[in-house]
Amino acid sequence: MDLTADYFSLFQLPRSFKIDMTELDARYRNVQAEVHPDRFAAASEAEKRLSMQWATQANEAYRTLKKPLERAKYLLHLAGHDVQADKNTAMPAEFLMEQMEWREAVADARAGGDHHELEQLLERLNTDLAAHYGELAALIDDVADWPKAAEAVRRLMFMERLLSEIEDALVALEE
Amino acid sequence: MSYSEKVIDHYENPRNVGAFGKEEEGVGTGMVGAPACGDVMKLQIKVNKDGIIEDAKFKTYGCGSAIASSSLVTEWVKGKSVDQALAIKNADIAEELALPPVKIHCSILAEDAIKAAVADYKKKHGE
Repeated sequence: MDLTADYFSLFQLPRSFKIDMTELDARYRNVQAEVHPDRFAAASEAEKRLSMQWATQANEAYRTLKKPLERAKYLLHLAGHDVQADKNTAMPAEFLMEQMEWREAVADARAGGDHHELEQLLERLNTDLAAHYGELAALIDDVADWPKAAEAVRRLMFMERLLSEIEDALVALEE
Repeated sequence: MSYSEKVIDHYENPRNVGAFGKEEEGVGTGMVGAPACGDVMKLQIKVNKDGIIEDAKFKTYGCGSAIASSSLVTEWVKGKSVDQALAIKNADIAEELALPPVKIHCSILAEDAIKAAVADYKKKHGE
């Protein structure tokens, strides 16, 4: 095994946004089994250290590839494109206005204890998210338009944040 | 990580929260967002006939540092000309609020919000 290999090669998967989750899970379990500490009980210290490094690398790789947004960011990184998550604040105004309205709606529903409204917001958002991830898949896998993919990732970062806001609000109302 | 006293003060008692009416004169609006944390910030300036910012309002959905950064800059821009407002740097905001490195993007967001508000004002008022 090669510690400098990218996460896709590590799991012998094609370097693409659309991946087979069952395959990812299976390959991850294989790698985990290979580097499991029990197998290195009698090994030298150097070999133990190496197997530990491998286990860490495999965990990190799995975490990254499993979540679509992290996978997209990683593909951008491999293609040499920065998402500019910290510095690019100039999102289209109408998108930001929409995000602000979403956040207001979530805050109001949470303050008013409106469980039903939150569920509806969640449903709408999940539909939006599915459509956006579909577009992102096409931008990466079909046309390899990295600047547009980076913008789509930035939008999705706001939407994922919104998703966790709604989920938090729902949990808070349950309690 | 703990927030500085100044951050907590602005977070608990944010200054100038709100928005100007649509019919009000001399208003410039800046909308910015930070993908890293999903924060969204709307900052408005109200400029008088002499080109001085006489009032400012903001609405921010984000963490304590983002709210404090926007609250602070609405105070700072008041009484300044639009060009003086453009001179406000994120480093000044970060220093004033003692923001830790992971929260620097909140101060960048606030600086960009002023720039966007000034640009919008200039666009609307033909400068």
